[in-house]
Amino acid sequence: MSKTTVSRRGVLKTGAVAGAGLAAPKLLLADGHAYTNAPTGSTVTLGFNVPQTGPYADEGNDELLAQQLAVEHLNGEGDGGCLNTFTSKALQGNGILGKKVEFVTGDTQTKSDAARASAKSMIEKDGAVMINGGSSSGVAVAVQGLCQEAGVIFMAGLTHANDTTGKDRKANGFRHFFNAYMSGAALAPVLAAEMGTERRAYHLTADYNWGWTQEESIVASTEAMGWETVNTVKTPLASTDFSSYIAPVLNSGADVLVLNHYGGNMVNSLTNAIQFGLLDKVVNNKDFKIVVPLYSELMAAGAGENIKGVLGSMNWNWQLQDAGTKAFVKSFGEKYGRPPSNSAQTCYAQVLLYADACERAGTFNPCGVVEALEGYEFDGLGNGKTLYRADDHQCFKDVLVVRGAQNPTNAYDTLEIVEVTPVEQVTYTPDHPMFAGGDLGTCNPGA
Amino acid sequence: MDAILLQTLNGLDKGSAYALIALGLTLIFGTLGVVNFAHGALFMIGAFCAVTLQRVLSLSYETIDETQKDFLGNPLKVKTPYVESWFGPDVGGAIIEWSVPLALLFAIPIMIGVGFAMERGLIKHFYKRPHADQILVTFGLAIVLQEVVKYFFGANPIQTPPPDALNGVANVGIIFGMDIVYPVWRLVYFLFSLLIIGAVFAFLQFTTFGMVVRAGMADRETVGLLGINIDRRFTIMFGIAAAVAGLAGVMYGPINAPNYHMGMDFLVLSFVVVVVGGMGSLPGAVLAGFLLGILESYASTTWATTTIPGINQIIIYLVAIVVLLTRPRGLMGRKGVMED
Amino acid sequence: MLGLNSKDFRLFLVVIGLTLFAPVLLNPFPTESGLAQFNAGYPDLMQRFVIFGIFAIGFNILFGLTGYLSFGHAAFLGVGSYAAVWMFKLLSYNVLPAIALSVIVAAIFSLAIGFVSLRRSGIYFSILTLAFAQMSFALAYSVLSNPKFNLTNGETGLQVYNDDPQIFHSDRLPDLPHLFGLSMRASTDIALGPWTFTLNAGYYLSAVFMVAAFYIAIRLFRSPFGMMLRAIKTNQTRLNYTGLNSRPYTLAAFVISGAYAGLAGGLLAAMDPLAGAERMQWTASGEVVLMTILGGAGTLIGPILGSGLIKYFENIFSKINDDVLHSWFAFMPDGLEDAMVFIVHPFVGKGWHLTLGIVFMLVVIFLPGGLVEGGQRLWRWITGANRKKSDDQDTKHAPHAAE
Repeated sequence: MSKTTVSRRGVLKTGAVAGAGLAAPKLLLADGHAYTNAPTGSTVTLGFNVPQTGPYADEGNDELLAQQLAVEHLNGEGDGGCLNTFTSKALQGNGILGKKVEFVTGDTQTKSDAARASAKSMIEKDGAVMINGGSSSGVAVAVQGLCQEAGVIFMAGLTHANDTTGKDRKANGFRHFFNAYMSGAALAPVLAAEMGTERRAYHLTADYNWGWTQEESIVASTEAMGWETVNTVKTPLASTDFSSYIAPVLNSGADVLVLNHYGGNMVNSLTNAIQFGLLDKVVNNKDFKIVVPLYSELMAAGAGENIKGVLGSMNWNWQLQDAGTKAFVKSFGEKYGRPPSNSAQTCYAQVLLYADACERAGTFNPCGVVEALEGYEFDGLGNGKTLYRADDHQCFKDVLVVRGAQNPTNAYDTLEIVEVTPVEQVTYTPDHPMFAGGDLGTCNPGA
Repeated sequence: MDAILLQTLNGLDKGSAYALIALGLTLIFGTLGVVNFAHGALFMIGAFCAVTLQRVLSLSYETIDETQKDFLGNPLKVKTPYVESWFGPDVGGAIIEWSVPLALLFAIPIMIGVGFAMERGLIKHFYKRPHADQILVTFGLAIVLQEVVKYFFGANPIQTPPPDALNGVANVGIIFGMDIVYPVWRLVYFLFSLLIIGAVFAFLQFTTFGMVVRAGMADRETVGLLGINIDRRFTIMFGIAAAVAGLAGVMYGPINAPNYHMGMDFLVLSFVVVVVGGMGSLPGAVLAGFLLGILESYASTTWATTTIPGINQIIIYLVAIVVLLTRPRGLMGRKGVMED
Repeated sequence: MLGLNSKDFRLFLVVIGLTLFAPVLLNPFPTESGLAQFNAGYPDLMQRFVIFGIFAIGFNILFGLTGYLSFGHAAFLGVGSYAAVWMFKLLSYNVLPAIALSVIVAAIFSLAIGFVSLRRSGIYFSILTLAFAQMSFALAYSVLSNPKFNLTNGETGLQVYNDDPQIFHSDRLPDLPHLFGLSMRASTDIALGPWTFTLNAGYYLSAVFMVAAFYIAIRLFRSPFGMMLRAIKTNQTRLNYTGLNSRPYTLAAFVISGAYAGLAGGLLAAMDPLAGAERMQWTASGEVVLMTILGGAGTLIGPILGSGLIKYFENIFSKINDDVLHSWFAFMPDGLEDAMVFIVHPFVGKGWHLTLGIVFMLVVIFLPGGLVEGGQRLWRWITGANRKKSDDQDTKHAPHAAE
């Protein structure tokens, strides 16, 4: 039996089949489109796979809004957003390669099984040629693997673990978001400047893959500048109360607490740390400090007052002043009444980058898209000049160091940008030990 | 030494939450014999009573301040809460600040009402149905309640900070001549849970109503035959159980920001606590709550996790297995309750 | 026939027919129509239907017959998946050894857990199984995936890497799970007028396993062993008084249902070679409980229906977004269209949980015997109320079987 992964809709749109009877399964191959879900009608379908239930539902919703905005802009509706600022002018606002962009949505539930099921339904049922979105690394790696097998492109959403473009990198997958190594590299100089180079750090780390790579990265970069690591403690993912992990910090002799937590974990651990009065303490004649390596707007909102003065890093923030950021914030803000989050921005940028790559390659064929994106340099989507590195499909761009604002004027400027760390400082070699062991493989067009 | 004391305090604090939830669950589950998977949702609704009150008190009118700009460059809308404009910024601010304690007053009638509605509208029809049906219907209800809250409040946690006077830390080590600081609100939570537990026990032990209910727990049929309307009393007990869960939720808000699925996080754990304590035993539930809380805290210490990796992840379940294998009906369970 | 009485044989034939023609039956709407959203006949979902059907059938052998409510069955499914993926990693992508090992490993695992847990009954048994499963989940998620001893690959899920040994793998074979070269992803599309139906190799392999599993379940239900299990459910104390030791019987039922779960886990991995720890979480254990009760505990076909309904909601309702709604109601005037979208919006897409919760409540309130009872009522209504006497099936498929 031949292996085809074309969708029914895709088959139907060839129009070659009418009446009763068996259709040749390799129909699309005859057409010359030797890849999965080759769009044959006047539309092309993208799959937006984001968490819609569970703790990250709000994050997923924000991503979805940005993806819808991107589709509007691609189809020439709205104000065009970043199409006006993007350095590549391949996109005309007439869809992709003249085909109107349609999309389907699904719920990852932030579980790798559910995310794969949802992505599979988009590929098998709806004929999606690209999957985008997600808010955790476990999901990103799982869906990336699926897309590689099925022969579609995966444009990752929020995924911060080193493994996504390290140990688990795949030829069909691309990550625009920054990673744990970059967080460490960007934070270290700022930490040194603000807190000195003679600090003793205590790490609390979410006990799963992302937490470990985050801890490894930040420990390496802070130790390199002279900090001492007092202890690294793993906390169960299911924890809701961190008091029994925070309490030992008090008498550990540490003067910095690093919270390698994300989402609800981070909100609770930070809240608990503030409750125990850590920030009011003076240890080793230094003011006690807390660092949260990975920030997001929704976490900041969830943690409320507690983030005041706490340093962390971000992929992007709406307060940046470059033209791409301004155009995107304006489109998003006018449509939805609030500024976008950094996960929304990454999804928006990813959709445009995919569309642009198809235009430049002249095909939706994953291998063409991969070729067009590898080593591609662009600007105008926010974050300044950006490179999609060919060796591991990781984006290299400036990284933001941010701090919880002392006196926010409204609900949206709770974080302030401390420094924009230039890309050179966060660049690493593709065979860096933290990213070693991966094999990109070759692009898989499916079919 | 002080590390052990500190972890004991943490354990008592965690235990307070477990004990309060387990206490309410035992009233429903261990005595009425209803497997209530919606109990966690009651805890969550309690916490959102505080969130709602905070929102209501913070209801604001907007004035446009031309001197400041919002993120799109339009003039900034400055929000002033109505309470601040009515009572002045000082009194109004204080009211908003004290919204969590205030929510206690507001939550009691609401939670009792929710409990009544649940029992009369739904649970009543399931007393004689198989436990499996009870699981399905209460799980369905829990999902519905959760999703309704998510629809209005979103999935992100919402901070409900304690009043400033009860924020910060206190030095509890003074008694022992040591320097041990501990968050004030957590101490408040512990004392509050003791108060509630004491009140529930006193109510059951020293009032006629409580006596009848206890009699009904022991032998529902006989009490019914004596011409006592046990059903109505059970409805009231359901209301009380809901109120206990709700109050536990209100006071928990300042410890960890409430979110719509916090009930599910506690659900499984509270069942474990109730069963370890022994079916049908209120003291058992409270004892098991504090015991598991303290053991969980001790297992989280670096010493414990380096000795046995992952012990902090499994301690509760490990203890549950050991207890249930050595004591067939949990710590203080009665014979024949939910054993078949 | 086949050792079944005529009624059971008819039911068996119906199940065979349904699984055989599922690709057609589940795609009732033409591909281009707006209602195609409700089509469920694509490979992944059809595979899930039958695999979770196996899981629920197995769970029902324990719960429906003996009344022992295990709240940790997902652990066996998870262990089965891990075993299968390890076979892929070490031997080759051939699914047969993987599935065989997953059944064996799950059976051994359930023997160990069952041996301990069955010392208690009722709620105490449920909590023991829950505790074992939660411990397995917690360890698989973190401790067992540490870099030195990576058994489960934690959050990301166990998967096959290019540098895995795969000693029997050769270049001629597909780089995906296969049955002696036939890839599990291989599909043939059949277009019939405006309809398109997908016949998928993986689905049919799973379907064969499910039909076999279903057959074994019928035989079990009707065997003396099955009678013994029902006796345990009815009154274990009295049974013990007769001098019978019921433990070996319950343990056997527990191991059989654990092996079913392992088979389901192995098949899940065979369809999609990735095993995540969340398969073992209590929510997954709870899901199979819900599936069984929703369909009708103690009935033969109920668990399959229940698992189908839950998986349908999870995969179909969650994908209905506002754009889809607008396209459905596009024929209405603008204001009305928006109003309809506004009304329906909370129940679909990200609100699919809400609809599922409501369905749970409605089913259990109005159909105490689960979906099976709904089907029976419908059948009686169609065939006429005067044929009341033919209700003899109720004695066999006792709808109030759960306790």
